[in-house]
Amino acid sequence: MNSNKKKELELWAARIRKTALQTIQTAGSGHIGGSFSLGEILSVLYFDKMNIDPADPRKADRDRLVLSKGHCSPALYAALALRGFFPVEHLSTFRQIDSDLSGHVEIHVPGVDMSAGSLGQGLSVAVGMAMYSKASGTGNRAFCILGDGEIQEGQVWEAAMCAGFYKTDNLIAFVDNNKLQLDGSLEEVMSPYPIGEKFKAFGWNVLEVDGHDVEQIADAVELAKVVKGKPTVIVADTVKGKGVSLFENNVDFHGGQPKTDEWPVCFAELDAKIAELEG
Amino acid sequence: MGENISTREAYGRALVEFGNNEKIYVFDADLKKCTMTTYFADKYPERFFNIGIAEANMVDVAAGFATCGATALVHTFAIFAAGRVYDQVRNDVAYPGLNVKVIGSHAGLTVGEDGATHQCIEDISLMRTIPGMTVIVPCDSNEVRLATKAMLEYEGPCYFRTGRPAVECVTDTFEDYKFEIGKGVQLTDGKDVTIIACGLMVQEALKAGKLLEKEGIRARVIDMHTIKPIDRDIIIRAAKETGAIVTAEEHNIIGGLGAAVSEVVVATENVPVEFVGVEDVFGHSAAPKVLLEKYGLTPENIAEKAKRAIARK
Repeated sequence: MNSNKKKELELWAARIRKTALQTIQTAGSGHIGGSFSLGEILSVLYFDKMNIDPADPRKADRDRLVLSKGHCSPALYAALALRGFFPVEHLSTFRQIDSDLSGHVEIHVPGVDMSAGSLGQGLSVAVGMAMYSKASGTGNRAFCILGDGEIQEGQVWEAAMCAGFYKTDNLIAFVDNNKLQLDGSLEEVMSPYPIGEKFKAFGWNVLEVDGHDVEQIADAVELAKVVKGKPTVIVADTVKGKGVSLFENNVDFHGGQPKTDEWPVCFAELDAKIAELEG
Repeated sequence: MGENISTREAYGRALVEFGNNEKIYVFDADLKKCTMTTYFADKYPERFFNIGIAEANMVDVAAGFATCGATALVHTFAIFAAGRVYDQVRNDVAYPGLNVKVIGSHAGLTVGEDGATHQCIEDISLMRTIPGMTVIVPCDSNEVRLATKAMLEYEGPCYFRTGRPAVECVTDTFEDYKFEIGKGVQLTDGKDVTIIACGLMVQEALKAGKLLEKEGIRARVIDMHTIKPIDRDIIIRAAKETGAIVTAEEHNIIGGLGAAVSEVVVATENVPVEFVGVEDVFGHSAAPKVLLEKYGLTPENIAEKAKRAIARK
């Protein structure tokens, strides 16, 4: 990846975070921590790797993405708005009565391929999309983003078995390994580790990346694309709340909000990052 | 003449008959020889996927297909289709409004000797309470065939209930019978009471009508194959014209056909309603016929309840 491309994707990641935080602030609620750990993953997918067209959001042969950790809608909605699927101003209606932008991701929103909310189900949906692509010959890929806490749900492993069995090599799943869940750290609540070995046992190609390094993420996607006969999981080492010191590795910001006087400090940190990348 | 076969067998055959459509994909969870998708699997192996004993994954894989434009049909026993994967059906099929059909076989008590854990008496209730779901409970091979065709032509989430034992085919003996989703069928006319039934209780309702006739009571019998959307007009007309109603279903008396009918009646023509169904208890291992008698799902009990409803006029 050339340095301009790298900088561009880092900038989109920073903008996704800022836009997501503005969205949450306006709504008065929303999940910060898990949205922020996704900045670079969404930047690479929506601004580089996925075959999508904001002018034709439902085109038949587009790549699909299921955000199985559907509560991180602020990040996905921000990415879609910035990518041009709908106006950024529309984000100010997030979680409001007449808006299509519900708290958890919604299939009716332009650019969203599947609703999600009840954890552990999105990988199965993405497996179905990948199987359909092969069966019908559309030839597109399916992406899925799972939370690390989410893989405590048993259905994830039903889906993992199924993808391995049907050899869906057009499926690329990410595990956002930010190491925290609502009640505390994964290690305290219920350890799903080791993650990669579990997928490997079900016949998956396993890649591990720094989930905040756009180059590593992009390279992993390219590697996944050429693997034959196996689905790929990219276990992304991430920081929950990445990009704002107050949020980072802080379990209070799974679903919690900053205090009134903390908001400007948070935005200042995000603005400084954007300015640095723009400069 | 329709054959006297089980509704699941009739469904398996209908799926092959109407399955020659590249949009249709069929999924099963290691029960293809029971749900009878085995015929489709043999005929169209490229559009059949066995997902193994993983019903939750099956429903959501099918949902994934449906997001891409497929008509996706999932099959398992009713107890798993309505209970085990309720969350997946609610959140990933009905809420996004996807074209996934959930076919629950071996419903009700008549799964028989396998016993209470497999005897689903709650599925109609659970499925009809989900916004946007269509709920179809056909009674015989003729109706299953027509209902399957209609379901495949209908775009949207649907629950379709079939049963294990062979049942008499009755609907094709009525000359003006026709099937339309959401339209109950008046099989016989009467002025004293209306029996509204679904599934294999339609046959019992017709027998009950004959029992009542011997006592000089003329019963109207309605085959209510669609529980949701319920046919309000046919219920209101029955209430007005006969003044008493009894419902009959192979299901808990809570939340099923009886409840759906009552919801219409109490808000419109408020006439007496009596219920024949499983009286809020679990089933038991036994032969289907023994179970139907033990739990009062008989023509005699329908006739008794009909008289009780008439007495309350």
